[in-house]
Amino acid sequence: MVTEEQARRALDTVIDPELDEPITDLGFVRSLEISGAGLTVHLRLPTSFCSPNFAYLMASDARDALSALPGADEVAVFLDDHHDSDLINRGLAADAGYRGTFGDEAEESLDELRAIFRRKAHTAAMERVLTAMLRAGLPEEKLHDVVLGDLPPGSSTAALLRRREALGLSTEPSSPVLVDDEGNQYPREEVPLRLRMARSVRISIEGNAHFCRGLLRTRYPESGADQSPVKEKVS
Amino acid sequence: MYTKDGENYFIVDAHIALWDARPENQRNIHGKQFIDCFYDYHRNLSPESEVWPYEDYLYQGGQRLMKDLFEDGYVDHAIFQPAHLGAFYHNGFGQTEEAFALTRANPDKLTYNHCWDPRYEQAGLDQLRRDAERFGLKGCKLYTAEWHGDSRGYKLDDYWSRKYLETAQELGIRNIHVHKGPTIRPLDRDAFDVADVDKVATDFTELNFVVEHCGLPRLEDFCWIATQEPNVHAGLAVAIPFMHTRPRYFAQIIGELLYWLDEDRIQFSSDYALWTPRWLIETFVDFQIPEDMTEYAPLTTAQKKKILGLNAAAMYDIPVPAELQLPREEPQAVAVA
Repeated sequence: MVTEEQARRALDTVIDPELDEPITDLGFVRSLEISGAGLTVHLRLPTSFCSPNFAYLMASDARDALSALPGADEVAVFLDDHHDSDLINRGLAADAGYRGTFGDEAEESLDELRAIFRRKAHTAAMERVLTAMLRAGLPEEKLHDVVLGDLPPGSSTAALLRRREALGLSTEPSSPVLVDDEGNQYPREEVPLRLRMARSVRISIEGNAHFCRGLLRTRYPESGADQSPVKEKVS
Repeated sequence: MYTKDGENYFIVDAHIALWDARPENQRNIHGKQFIDCFYDYHRNLSPESEVWPYEDYLYQGGQRLMKDLFEDGYVDHAIFQPAHLGAFYHNGFGQTEEAFALTRANPDKLTYNHCWDPRYEQAGLDQLRRDAERFGLKGCKLYTAEWHGDSRGYKLDDYWSRKYLETAQELGIRNIHVHKGPTIRPLDRDAFDVADVDKVATDFTELNFVVEHCGLPRLEDFCWIATQEPNVHAGLAVAIPFMHTRPRYFAQIIGELLYWLDEDRIQFSSDYALWTPRWLIETFVDFQIPEDMTEYAPLTTAQKKKILGLNAAAMYDIPVPAELQLPREEPQAVAVA
């Protein structure tokens, strides 16, 4: 039999791709019910119009994470109060997959969707550590030479290493920090522009997270108790 | 006009609506979900003192609009940017006849922009010609994620979209406001992706493209496009109320916009009735980049004057009294406030 603690830890691994945070921290898990070998989870989102592909992705990831627990034989995940609740819940129940659920509207697979947001999450994490170093006094012209081994230990560095691993980029201490999605360094003269671009990616993700967390609390006042505090970030 | 610390600001609210979301106008559950979503935006980002009862939020009417904008709100001129949303509301969301009548009664205060949907193809194009003449259109608002039959949106670079833009150019409808908001619908056909703006901005250089919500949450894509296309502008609708709840986040948004675009291509919008303009204008005039955000320069009074009104006034040929214009040589000094 699965314990509530085990089920919660499994749900911690489910990430909102656009916000780059676990659905448990965001307060998206509305309820979790365990009865024998059965697990029933209800998810809630900040608006009725939240992107249905992300909604589907999180719901199907939640089901996969819970189904992988030993002893969880019947897992049911429902998305509540969404304009596509019926469509998504039917698709989940029938194990229809992303394309089976959305039909013609889903041209690409979820893998590509995930990859887009993994790349963005890496870019944002890279900007956070580098901007922190700039604020601590690193001259901008030195940015090009910063390697992973130069980064101060802490949660921002750990987050960057996790993002690099997810993208399949090197985590060796000698690897440069400011790199593109494939791990290649930019020409030295492009460094200021590339950091600037990375900053706008980071602001997009963080801004969206502010908005979504706030809207969820407005929509479901009780959800505030389920949200973790916003993690300490550069800004 | 708004006055603070001896500085006078000419205010253009570049994105307002006169909507009707009352239950009798809701076509289906989505009509209710849509206005409820707006109301959550309103409750979440407004100061406590500015939050309206739900009933007031469903419909305001012309009298209240005039009071909120021009009596209480310091606004000198406002521009309607209607969304039709015919799949959600029987008589549409934006109230065309009421807004246009109000504009005719107050031509010095209001400009009526209309909307089009290229999925009506030739019939819609013929209608656009009639609408341009009737309304004297200088601009249009496009809601690219509008539902239409089985379609959940369209792109500006679709075949028929381009035909409409060509016609707009021919008719002198120069200002195209494009709503680009949160990600919706399967991303691979995401109607709010901003890449289509890039393509048409390149091809229609006589048109101005104002991206409402400055592309949030795809700020990076928007900024990249706007850097390369001089006819792409940022509307601050939905971004500006973050001044209150998340001032440091708003500082970063405005800092990035000023870096990637410039101070001539950013426009103030209350997005009325999502928010009322009074507190937004007061807060923006007082707003400053936090000192520890050394990556951004402080906002100047001249920049605030441009953003709050002079930029949109220039785009719409709205007369600005001489004393409210900027001197030709702009002061580079830090804001007095």
